[in-house]
Amino acid sequence: MIEARGLVKRYGSTVAVNDLSFSIRPGVVTGFLGPNGAGKTTTMRMILGLDAPTQGSVTVDGRSYRDLPAPMREVGALLDAKALQGGRRARDHLLCLAQSNGIPRSRVDEVLRTVGLEDVARRRAKGFSMGMGQRLGIASALLGDPAVLIFDEPVNGLDPDGIHWVRTLMRAQAAEGRTVLVSSHLMSEMALTADHLLVIGKGRLIADTSVDEFVRSSSQQSVHVRSPQVAELAARCRQAGAGVQAGTGPDVIEITGMDSAEVGKLAAAHGITLFELIPVRASLEEAFMELTRDSVEYQAAGATR
Amino acid sequence: MTDVTIARTGPDHRAAFRAATFGDALRSEWTKLRSVRSTFWALTVTVVVGIALGALISVAAAHGYAKSSVSEKLSWDPTGVSQSGMLIAQLAIAVLGVLYISSEYSSGMIRTSLIAVPKRGRVLAAKSLVFAVVTFVVGEVTCFAAFFAGQALISGHAPHAALGDPGVARAVAGGGLYLIALAVLSVAAGALLRHPAAAIAAMIAVLFVLPGIAQALPDSWRNPVTEFWPTQAGSQITSVHIAAHTLQPWPGFGVMCLFVAIVYAIAWTLLDRRDA
Repeated sequence: MIEARGLVKRYGSTVAVNDLSFSIRPGVVTGFLGPNGAGKTTTMRMILGLDAPTQGSVTVDGRSYRDLPAPMREVGALLDAKALQGGRRARDHLLCLAQSNGIPRSRVDEVLRTVGLEDVARRRAKGFSMGMGQRLGIASALLGDPAVLIFDEPVNGLDPDGIHWVRTLMRAQAAEGRTVLVSSHLMSEMALTADHLLVIGKGRLIADTSVDEFVRSSSQQSVHVRSPQVAELAARCRQAGAGVQAGTGPDVIEITGMDSAEVGKLAAAHGITLFELIPVRASLEEAFMELTRDSVEYQAAGATR
Repeated sequence: MTDVTIARTGPDHRAAFRAATFGDALRSEWTKLRSVRSTFWALTVTVVVGIALGALISVAAAHGYAKSSVSEKLSWDPTGVSQSGMLIAQLAIAVLGVLYISSEYSSGMIRTSLIAVPKRGRVLAAKSLVFAVVTFVVGEVTCFAAFFAGQALISGHAPHAALGDPGVARAVAGGGLYLIALAVLSVAAGALLRHPAAAIAAMIAVLFVLPGIAQALPDSWRNPVTEFWPTQAGSQITSVHIAAHTLQPWPGFGVMCLFVAIVYAIAWTLLDRRDA
């Protein structure tokens, strides 16, 4: 259980995190979603005691991170897979972390096997590919067999196999009753991994909801229609109270506010021929962009969405 | 655990874990120190330069002894001559001490370290202690080896010293003590400045540049500076002969320790307060 109360982090005049309150429950994967620069990493750094909050507090199992007696046994974290000294062998890297929390040496070999790095355990980490580095970071998070796992963008740099492996791992850890918090700026990734979502933008909480709920409430439906009598159909639909937009061709319209069955019946009732009748679902990605549109930190010049 | 609390979700064997201790942090820091190559090279340089340069200077000084003036003969210090390699060798210790912590900042490892051990003072204390012990062992070995090698090379050409002579054993063993203070100072400087280049530059300034500048000052300014400048005062512990305007061995070493303690306290406070 991770609980934040009124969390604020200011860097000079920049407000990175603004009055964030949430609780992250055990047993499910909680996705921490937001555009780049939304404050995800800053929030995680505050959870882990690296940054002190300007205001508010955050606790893990009721205690502030710095007060945990054996932090790695309670919280496993991967913030940045490159946060290690490349001159050290992978095994020594894990060993020094294990020793700092009194974790037995045998556990180091165990996690190396879990992440599939046992063959390169004696190699220096600077020769590692991004994917191997990510696996090493995940290995260090798992060392203490902790009840709380925190991953910042864990699938970055992984190949499809690796991505699948991380997803499976996170889901398995949550199924064992652990608290799993994973951040991403990709909605599609979250839809596959997370059960619950915390969406933030510009440091503010935008949504705290289940993934299913999020998908249901935010995906707009429309109906794509192609017809030789498109003008008449458009008029009839407007009469019925639906929204009509011009489509991609002269004989195509996009109808919102009616589902495909209703459009089909309406067309039949007025003897309108239809060539195409396709229900269109806004993608999760679009729903997410819609939700965070006003809180994107960096926008390409002239980008209108 | 004797008290029964509300059952926590998750794997139940976690109930068996014990709190992390300072000893755990020491083991961890020892693994960190021995598992990077820079440690081996820096300590090798310390030993080789300390002994070889000391031997070279011993030979040169011993051969020049016969031709030297009476006043030079009066201040002849065979112990000091044999230890002169340490003047340069100490730089390797200072650089290693700085890198031991500042390379964690430059690589980002410090974040991983502080997540593992969020009690930050513990990380600094463990690092300092591990490095102080390693430096002490390497330093004493080097100083005594340099002493015996130097005296062997001096004997026959000039009066040489023996460990039983007054102040000699203290001066040679003092080399290790001086290096302990230097080791802790360099770790503290690395923690304080966080950038390897800045911290190494600061150590070089403290060890060589500022005392060098003091030599150019008028006597009335120079004398108090050479008397109380921390590293110069501290190195009195390694001297048999006490020159004018210098402190006695132990008070001098005390001045250096006080300076190290102040820098260390600042480093500790800032490490605890700053965002990592």
